[in-house]
Amino acid sequence: MILEALIGVTFLAALIVMLSPDEYAGRLAFALSLLPVVGSLYMWAGFDAGGNALMAGSIAYRTQIDWLVAGGYRLQWFVGVDGISLPLVVLSTVLTTLAILSAWTPIDTRQSQFYGLMLFMEANLLGVFTALDFFLWFVFWEAVLVPMYFLIGVWGGPRRKYAAIKFFVYTNIASLVMFIGFMSLVFNLPVDSFGLPAITGSLQAGELSRFVGLDPAALKLAAFAAMFVGFAVKVPVVPFHTWLPDAHVEAPTPVSVMLAGVLLKMGTYALLRYNFTMLPDVATRPLVATVIAAVAVVSVIYGAMLALAQRDLKRIVAYSSVSSMGYVILGLIAYTGLGIGGATFQMVAHGLISGLMFMAVGVIYNVTHTRMVGDMSGMADRMPITVGILVAGAFGYMGLPLMAGFAAEYFIFQGAFASTVIPSAPLFTAASMFGIVIVAGYLLLAMQRTLFGEFRLETDYEVRRAHFHDVAPLAVLLLCTIALGVAPDIFFTMMADAIEPVVAVVGGGA
Amino acid sequence: MAAPLQAEAPTWTALAPALALVVTGLVLIVVDSIDPDDGSPALLAGVGTAGALASLGLAGWLLAGGTGQPDTGGAIALYGDALVVDGMTLFFQALFASVTALVVVASYDYLYDREYQAEFYSLVLFAATGMALMAAANSLSVAFVSLELASLPSYALVSYLKRDTGSVEAGLKYFLVGALSSAVFAFGISLVYAATGSLLLADVYETLAGGANGLTGVAGVGIVMVAGGFAFKTASVPFHFWAPEAYEGAPAPVSAFLSSASKAAGFALAFRVFVTGFPLGAGIDWVLLFQVLAVVTMTLGNFAAATQEEVKRMLAYSSIGHAGYALIGLAAFTTADGGNVLGASMAHLMVYGFMNTGAFLFVALAERWGIGRTFEDYAGLADRAPLACVAMTVFMFSLAGLPPFGGFFSKYFLFAGAVEAGFWWLAAVGAVNSALSLFYYSRVVKALWLEDATAEFELGPTPTALYAAVVFAAVATVLLLPGFGAVIETAQAAATAVLP
Repeated sequence: MILEALIGVTFLAALIVMLSPDEYAGRLAFALSLLPVVGSLYMWAGFDAGGNALMAGSIAYRTQIDWLVAGGYRLQWFVGVDGISLPLVVLSTVLTTLAILSAWTPIDTRQSQFYGLMLFMEANLLGVFTALDFFLWFVFWEAVLVPMYFLIGVWGGPRRKYAAIKFFVYTNIASLVMFIGFMSLVFNLPVDSFGLPAITGSLQAGELSRFVGLDPAALKLAAFAAMFVGFAVKVPVVPFHTWLPDAHVEAPTPVSVMLAGVLLKMGTYALLRYNFTMLPDVATRPLVATVIAAVAVVSVIYGAMLALAQRDLKRIVAYSSVSSMGYVILGLIAYTGLGIGGATFQMVAHGLISGLMFMAVGVIYNVTHTRMVGDMSGMADRMPITVGILVAGAFGYMGLPLMAGFAAEYFIFQGAFASTVIPSAPLFTAASMFGIVIVAGYLLLAMQRTLFGEFRLETDYEVRRAHFHDVAPLAVLLLCTIALGVAPDIFFTMMADAIEPVVAVVGGGA
Repeated sequence: MAAPLQAEAPTWTALAPALALVVTGLVLIVVDSIDPDDGSPALLAGVGTAGALASLGLAGWLLAGGTGQPDTGGAIALYGDALVVDGMTLFFQALFASVTALVVVASYDYLYDREYQAEFYSLVLFAATGMALMAAANSLSVAFVSLELASLPSYALVSYLKRDTGSVEAGLKYFLVGALSSAVFAFGISLVYAATGSLLLADVYETLAGGANGLTGVAGVGIVMVAGGFAFKTASVPFHFWAPEAYEGAPAPVSAFLSSASKAAGFALAFRVFVTGFPLGAGIDWVLLFQVLAVVTMTLGNFAAATQEEVKRMLAYSSIGHAGYALIGLAAFTTADGGNVLGASMAHLMVYGFMNTGAFLFVALAERWGIGRTFEDYAGLADRAPLACVAMTVFMFSLAGLPPFGGFFSKYFLFAGAVEAGFWWLAAVGAVNSALSLFYYSRVVKALWLEDATAEFELGPTPTALYAAVVFAAVATVLLLPGFGAVIETAQAAATAVLP
């Protein structure tokens, strides 16, 4: 029942905040958002499941109740977590709380609606990561978009309407494509419910039947392609990434934090759950694996090069997300324990580090009202703590050992290098490693020009230090990043445990 | 276990939902004759609402008690089989009563300070009575009479604002197209009668299945013409062109009433007449006709809606598009599939009844405030009336079929039903149309929340009743997501029971 309580309390909190007066909304939302944090940490402490939830593993905190029966299928309220989803649940709750804290300074209109929508989004995100019935999952999945649309569209920057609509249209069309792809599978399986474990089991038992002239193999390929495209938009990978910089740049800082930190992980999480767990036989076809690995490497390199070309600090971080998500895809397609494990770990690590980077840029923007690299220099002089954390976060991004990013990328590289699924895996892995060099290039360049050197910023006011409540979330995120880097086993053991069955199906090894 | 009270009562009581409506209409006329100056509008609206709610309660009560359903002895036929009460009848009567109640409540504010209020309410209730009878019609003659009973008050209601040229023009157009299609419908009935020698649907079915006395061709022409009559009532191609004019010119609550209840009534009648009256596989493949109509109707409605500049007109075309979706119920109908897709179509009409009524009532709210009709005029409204705008956002997203709302499930089951019945291309056209529709629905949301107000205006006092109706419709639209199970199960059971 704790999952229901977690989701229910968050919805309730959203409603309360929505109806509260603007002056108190921020503080109230922060206080209420601590409840899900406590709940998710409690779940983490008491976690005792093993194996993969979709592949006959035991499911922690499971509830399964029939919702409705129609057209021969049972729809269920079916939630639970395993080693893959629990870390993402923890990430969502922690990041939402910190994002709410970081919103105190920049959000100065319609506060109760803003914080209400943030909590509403959190509730739906928790649903996405815990739902084990396709319909339930899809309802939550789509329900995340609605608050995001308003959060960008109402509180965003000058081109917010364009960015919000672009985000909404892109991700909705992607959802539709994915939905059709998945449904074409389900309708041709002898299952009587939309429960993901049942569907996975039936697919892997080879029970798929023909559909309008497509034999099962072709149908699987078509469904795989549709779902991959659908999720790729969300991730996003090149060439489906164009909505991302617009959305990020226009979104207010706390919303960017959520977007990069958690929403992108919805895409990679879904890829892992659907494409790579349910249809491993398609993913491991040499041609498919080559295409996906190539897409991953292109995302890594191209995303990083786009970041290199930007002057806007926020855009730099946004494009570097495309690059980081490319590593996740590479790790997933590797189909080794370390590869998929590293990819899953990278989801959490990137959630923390990109959240940190966006927040730090936001704090600087709150003070300077500019994000352009050329407009300021020597910020370290005025905001030593913020800049210190930003630099530490950037090094985390570059993969400094003992930080979460290093662990994740190291796992991914090692896993991908040993992959038997990707043809000429070492080549792809080596190519993707150049991404790190470019990342180091643009981050160092941008930091050197804005943070160090002689202080220069044209303003008509005194540049002051940031508020405590602006810097505190940064510090928390940095601590989390270091903690995960020093002791990856906080999450990695449970992840590896849940990933092992996925890898075992294709015989991918450690 | 003792038989439920519903089963003990005399059979005529199965018509109670329709009787409640007609009695309320008559009571309103009596009230008007005592107080001809509409001295207390609250009384009139109260009586109307009470009558509609009584009808809703009775329909729900009978439905729950199993009246006319297989487990209590099957459909109840009355008056020489001219009327029939079964699950489908009661399901649609509950839908009409819900929409009527919402419309009457909302009209209390909309009609503020206007004349002929008692007449307005009684016409609404008489039209609702006609609709309730349409759902119960079991012979072609009752079908025609009940359709006219629903239509004639509607013509008057559309031109209720008789000093407004738009309203009068709309009423006239509606009337002319209606008269034409009634003639076509009546002529179709006479051809079917000529071929089969009966007006009772069951007899017609028998005779047609037995070869129609060698007059299958005549019967076929008749059936096509009958389909034309339904196309008018449901605002489907090719008799759809009255709808944008009528919905735009009519008072917004009337538009809500026509586009939700009246459309559903057309479908209720069409479902029964075609499924129980005209056998498939007897040389007349009416399913093909509805496939063409469904595809053309949903596509035309959607594309036309996308190019509109006025919200009400956009909603009018969107309502044509939704008629196309609902037509899938007939277009994908196969005897083998049973009532699945038909039931899904009924469930869609139920959800649509709430979300579409709500959307038009929001337009009524805007008209009451005196802000303009275009998307631009709605800009920035969320600052002034956040609650109503949340409700409108719910309606728009639900109409577009986004998952967190009832419209998602109803569309999904409709399309899934079509796929299961083997018409995957029909579902594909529907899904593409549905995705496109997000474009014009989200324009409203964008205007309400993201745009800044273009002009300064005062909203004036809050019309409480109208507000309540809008909010209630929104709550129903949201609750129909978790509660969709009951709706779809009832609808599919009712549809399956109707099959001959």
